[in-house]
Amino acid sequence: MTTGTRTPVPVDLAPLRSYRRRRGLLQVACVIISAFMAVPIYLIAVAAFSTRAGLNQFPQPFYPANFGTETMSTFLSSTGITAGFINSMTVGIGTLLLSSLVGAPAGYAIARYMFRGKDSYQLFLLFTRALPIVVLSVPLARVFLAAQIYDRPVAVILLHSALALPTTILITSSVFLAVPVDAEEAARIFGCTPVGAFMRVVLPLALPGMAAASIFTFVMSWNEVLGATILTFSQRTLPAQVLSSLADSPLAYRFAGGLVLVIPALIFIAIMRKYLLNMWGTTIR
Amino acid sequence: MSSTARAAVSADSRRGRSRVSPAFWLILPSIVFMLFLFAYPMVEGIRAGFTSDLTGALTLDNWGRMVNDPYFTRAVRNTLLLIVVVIPVQFLFAIIMALLLQAKPRGTALYFYLWAIPLAISDLAAGLVWLSIFADQGYLNSVLVGFGLQPFSWLSYQSPGTQFLAVAMAEVWRATSLVLVIIVSGMQGIPKDYDEAAAVLGANYWQRLRHITLPLLKPSLQVALILRTILAFQTFAVAQALTGESFPLLVGETYRWYSALNNSNVASVYSLVIMAISMITAVAYLRILRDQSRQVAK
Repeated sequence: MTTGTRTPVPVDLAPLRSYRRRRGLLQVACVIISAFMAVPIYLIAVAAFSTRAGLNQFPQPFYPANFGTETMSTFLSSTGITAGFINSMTVGIGTLLLSSLVGAPAGYAIARYMFRGKDSYQLFLLFTRALPIVVLSVPLARVFLAAQIYDRPVAVILLHSALALPTTILITSSVFLAVPVDAEEAARIFGCTPVGAFMRVVLPLALPGMAAASIFTFVMSWNEVLGATILTFSQRTLPAQVLSSLADSPLAYRFAGGLVLVIPALIFIAIMRKYLLNMWGTTIR
Repeated sequence: MSSTARAAVSADSRRGRSRVSPAFWLILPSIVFMLFLFAYPMVEGIRAGFTSDLTGALTLDNWGRMVNDPYFTRAVRNTLLLIVVVIPVQFLFAIIMALLLQAKPRGTALYFYLWAIPLAISDLAAGLVWLSIFADQGYLNSVLVGFGLQPFSWLSYQSPGTQFLAVAMAEVWRATSLVLVIIVSGMQGIPKDYDEAAAVLGANYWQRLRHITLPLLKPSLQVALILRTILAFQTFAVAQALTGESFPLLVGETYRWYSALNNSNVASVYSLVIMAISMITAVAYLRILRDQSRQVAK
C-alpha cells in the first residue's frame, strides 16, 4: 500500500451536483404526488373524528382541533349499518367461495389441457368482463323477484360471483401455470390418482396465489354498490346502505360513512402490495 | 414447444376418442353459471326494453321516454365529457408516476403503496372523501377563506362547471392507480438492455422516453385505455355522493329510473344503451389484442 502523498487531482463536481439536484427534484415530485393521494384521506379522517359542533365550524381546521368520536359513533349506531357490515361480509365471503368453486376448475383446465374451443372460451371470458354491472343488475332483479331470492344476500352473491368469475378463472389459470407439471407427474408416477395428485401436490402449491386472488374478489364485492343497491331493499350491504341513505342524511353521516368505506382499502392494499403488479397489473387485462 | 403440445393432444385424442375430455367437465360449471347469470339477464333485459310496463305488449315507448327525458341529453353529455377530460389526464399522470417510480427514489415502496391505495376505494367512497373537500363548509373553502378569498358553492346545481370539476377531480384521484399499476407492470416487462444501449449510443432522457420506453409500453397503454374507458362508462356513485342527482350520468339515470321512478323498463333501455357502448369498446379492445398477437407472430 504505497499511496504516497499524491497531489489531489481537481475533480469536476458539476455532474455530481446535477445528479444530486435531479435526485432532489425526484423526491419533491414524489412527495407532491403522495400528498395528492394521501391528504384527502387524512382530511376525511379528521372530518369523521370531529364533534358535531366542530363540523359546523367555518373555516374548518386542518388538524383534529375538535376531536370527538360522536360523529363516528352516531354513524355506526344508525339503522342498517351493523346489519350492512354483516351483509357485506357475508356477500364478500360467499362471493369468493362461490367464484373459486366454479372458477378454479376452469382455471385449471385452461392451464393444463388443450381442448377444442379453448380460444373461443377465453375470448368469451374477456368479452364478459366488458359487460357493465348495470346491464346484469336490472334484469336480474326481475329474475330474482320471480325466484323469490330478491333482497337476500344470496342474490348479491350470485351477481358478484358472475362479475368476479372471468377474472377468477384468468387469475387461477395463471396460478396453476406457475405450478410445475413435473411435480404433478411425479405424484402420478408414485401412485396418486389425478384427484389425489391435485389435492396433495398442486393445491398446496397453488394456495397462496389462490388466496391472493380471492382477496381481490372480496375487494371487488366489498366495493360494488350499484348491483347491491338494485338487488336489495332491506338487506343492504354497507355501501348500498350508505348510497341509499345519502339523500336524507346529514354531512356528518356522509363523512363518517366515507371513512368507514376507505379504511378497508388501506388494509387490503397493505396486504396485497406484493401481488398488485402480478394481478391487477398483468393478469386482469 | 407447440409441436410437443400438439403431439400430446393427438395422443390424448387417440387414447380417448370415445371419452369426453376432462377439461370439458372442468369448464362446464362455469359455462352453465355464465349462461344463467350473463346470457339470460341480457335476453331478459332486451325483452324488457321493448315491452310496455303496463300492457306487456311490444313497444318502443320506453325508448321515447328515455330520449325525451330532460336528464337524458345531459347524462350522455356529462358521461362523454367526463371520459374525454378525465382519461387523458389520468394517463399523463400515471405515466409520470410510473417514470418517477422507475427512477427508484428513496422510499419507492412507500410511494407505491400510497399511490395504489385508491385502487381498493369504491367510487362511492371516493365521492364522499372529496365531498369533505368541496362541501360549502369544506376544506377547499376553508383554504380560500384562509387566504382572504370568498368561499364558493362548488357543488351547487347552479354552477355545473365546478360540479364537473369536482367529479373529474375525484375520478382522477380514484382511478389513476389502475392505469399506474398496468403501466408499472408493463415497464417491468421491458428489458433494460434497449434503454442502456440507447444511452450508450448517446440518446438523452427524452429521446429514450420517446423512442424506446413509450413504443415498448404501447400494448400496456392500449389495454389500460380500453379497460379504463369501459369502467368510466360505469361511473356514477362519485357524482351521486358529490352532487346528488343534479349531475346526471348514464348509470346514475338507470338507477334513478329503477329505484326512484320505479320503472324497470326504461331502466332496461338505459342499460341497453350502456351495454351497446361498452360492447363497441370491447370489440375495439379485442381487435387491437388480435392485431397485437399477429404482430408478435410475425
